[in-house]
Amino acid sequence: MGSIKGRLGALRRSGQELLDSGEAERLLGGSVLFTKVESVVNWARKYSFFLYPFVTACCGMEFMSVAGPKYDLDRFGAALPRFSPRQADLLMVVGTISHKQAPVLVKVYNQMTEPKWVFAFGVCAVSGGFYDNYATVQGIDTLIPVDVYVPGCPPRPEMVIDGLMKLQEKVAQERWSDWPRGAAPVTDEAKLTEC
Amino acid sequence: MSEIAKDLHTEHMVINMGPSHPVTHGTVKFLVTLDGETIEDLKVEIGYLHRGFEKMCESGTWYQVFPYTDRLNYVSPLINNVGYALAVEKLIGIDVPERCKYVRVIACELSRIADHMTNVAAGGLELGAFTAFLYFVEARELVWDLIEMLCGARVTTNYVRIGGLKNDLPDGFKQKTLEVFKRCRVLWSDVNKLLTKNRVFIDRVRDVGTMPAEEAIAYGFTGPCLRACGVPYDVRKANPYLVYDRMDFEVPIGETGDNFDKYLVRMEEINQSMRIVEQALEQLPGGPINVDMPYYRWQSKDDIYNRIDSLIFHFKTVIEGIKPPPGEVYLAVESGNGELGFYLVSDGSGKPYKCRVRPPCFPLTAAMPRMMKGRLIADIVPTFDMINMIGGECDR
Amino acid sequence: MDASVTLQRLTERFGDSILETHSYRGDDTAVVKKEDIVALCTFLRDDGKLLYNFMMDLTAVDYLGREPRFEVVYHLYSLRYNRRVRIKAGVPESDCSIDSIVPVWIAADWFEREVFDLYGIAFNGHPDLRRLLLYEGFEGHPLRKDYPVKKRQPLIGPIN
Repeated sequence: MGSIKGRLGALRRSGQELLDSGEAERLLGGSVLFTKVESVVNWARKYSFFLYPFVTACCGMEFMSVAGPKYDLDRFGAALPRFSPRQADLLMVVGTISHKQAPVLVKVYNQMTEPKWVFAFGVCAVSGGFYDNYATVQGIDTLIPVDVYVPGCPPRPEMVIDGLMKLQEKVAQERWSDWPRGAAPVTDEAKLTEC
Repeated sequence: MSEIAKDLHTEHMVINMGPSHPVTHGTVKFLVTLDGETIEDLKVEIGYLHRGFEKMCESGTWYQVFPYTDRLNYVSPLINNVGYALAVEKLIGIDVPERCKYVRVIACELSRIADHMTNVAAGGLELGAFTAFLYFVEARELVWDLIEMLCGARVTTNYVRIGGLKNDLPDGFKQKTLEVFKRCRVLWSDVNKLLTKNRVFIDRVRDVGTMPAEEAIAYGFTGPCLRACGVPYDVRKANPYLVYDRMDFEVPIGETGDNFDKYLVRMEEINQSMRIVEQALEQLPGGPINVDMPYYRWQSKDDIYNRIDSLIFHFKTVIEGIKPPPGEVYLAVESGNGELGFYLVSDGSGKPYKCRVRPPCFPLTAAMPRMMKGRLIADIVPTFDMINMIGGECDR
Repeated sequence: MDASVTLQRLTERFGDSILETHSYRGDDTAVVKKEDIVALCTFLRDDGKLLYNFMMDLTAVDYLGREPRFEVVYHLYSLRYNRRVRIKAGVPESDCSIDSIVPVWIAADWFEREVFDLYGIAFNGHPDLRRLLLYEGFEGHPLRKDYPVKKRQPLIGPIN
């Protein structure tokens, strides 16, 4: 039994090697492409973020710069802002979230269709920043799951681009089983309907 | 026709614009009651960016307030820095050196240029003029390069200090400024050509959001919005601070106070601000940038590291904070949106007892219902753009 | 003495209700009784020698441990004469209210709502006195000196 398992394992390995080396494609004359569906889908997803700019504060100024001509987020396939959460898959939380704003953020997050990612832009979204007081949420990860944290007050455009590339790396490694994530964990439906 | 209309089922519709809506800049909610597309009633709800500015100021030292002032009107942070510093200096009763005044004027006007460019860019963007947005964001990046050269940060500058400045102008600043302005003027004229005589733009902004001068005053308008109504009130002219009385500049005014006038006033102010910066760079005197009062403004790092008295003063001012005499002052400066006033109360301790900001866009936002009733829902967009409500300042 | 014209006029007209005047650092200030605030403001606005047409700022200060505890502070500006004045009216904690000046300057509307929200001072006769910056359900008034800076009352989620 052990030897059969070993031979199967060897076969699988050699098959994987054949695919990875590109030998199979060459054998078939370059007309066939071997890959995994997951990889293709992730590849497509990571270069076509449709972002929802949840812009509240100062970081919005840097967000304008990142979207503007000099830094140009379009190069990374993430330039087209969708102002409807239903059409977006990347929630950019740009700026401070106050307790008054918090239910709105959770509602917007829950309205987005899966798969969806959350980008905490700036230190206020990451941890509340230096607004450690009665009015401010101490980091949006107390409300919704966050994929990328970009600190800075506000972060420079280079950092935002770096954060986006980190997110692309993360998306490339995702599995089918990672989705769906479900509604935000702290949702209180009764309170959400009020806002 | 009237017979048909009688049977039609018509009733008012209530629509919620915001708090997360592309034209509301994220932080305001309009509750609009509509009759068809006509606005019957408008209620404005703010406070979505209330982050406890005053409470934070009261729990830090006088110096620690500066970073918070950056984030009030984050489009023109240097003006907030200068306004707060001037207010504290008035409270203490000190006068800063000449060179410092000139550098502050340069900083303020650079900030104003960036502010107005951002406003026109965003306004254009929201009315569909994407090219104007791209041009002015490019110009703003150039101005921000200057600001970065000056203080090391792009947006949140934290440059001004009580009784002085963080650092002097860097080498080659004048040369760089003149180069940047050359490019800015080209971009300005491009945007001017794109918007000022653009039929689509004019149709959206002209005769929308008008305000008679008397009423604008009653509502507490200041800044470009008041000047667009034809009232030539500018704090830089009315109560000149720093060295504005030595600068040759004009205060553009409009006629009707509609959005087109607000736009034109802002465009002209960009030019005037560039003139002021050029004059200030020309007249810039030599000398120190900080007052020689170690109780209030710490001395150079060289002294702090090598002299015991400087070290002690540094330690005291950082740990305990400076201690202005008990009293209260109000000081106003002209920010990008109008009169930015600081009302400070000191109880003689190292912390501000009260640090109140008079936010210029607060009364402007409050007048939105007055400007919008009876207009179309689409008119909210240009009107709200042109009053340039900044959440950080309005909600604090 | 051009600077103190306002204070002189005020003292002539409202001698009894002016508790104190000073011009610290050049800021003309009059401390007045809160009962007369509307009459006083109307006079400041309409008097031919004053014409304070701008209500620039309205705020309050909490002097905890002093009587009266609160002070409502008005900053006025006269465009005609280019003058400024500060009016202060003490408000005790036991009767935490003052007359609204919205009939005098419409600009005061939101400023008064903000003071009501953050300090809990009621403005009698205000057309729509509701919380402005904070939300319904928030208990207490955060800018009072006895409100802890970190006392959170989230609408949703953990207190963090």
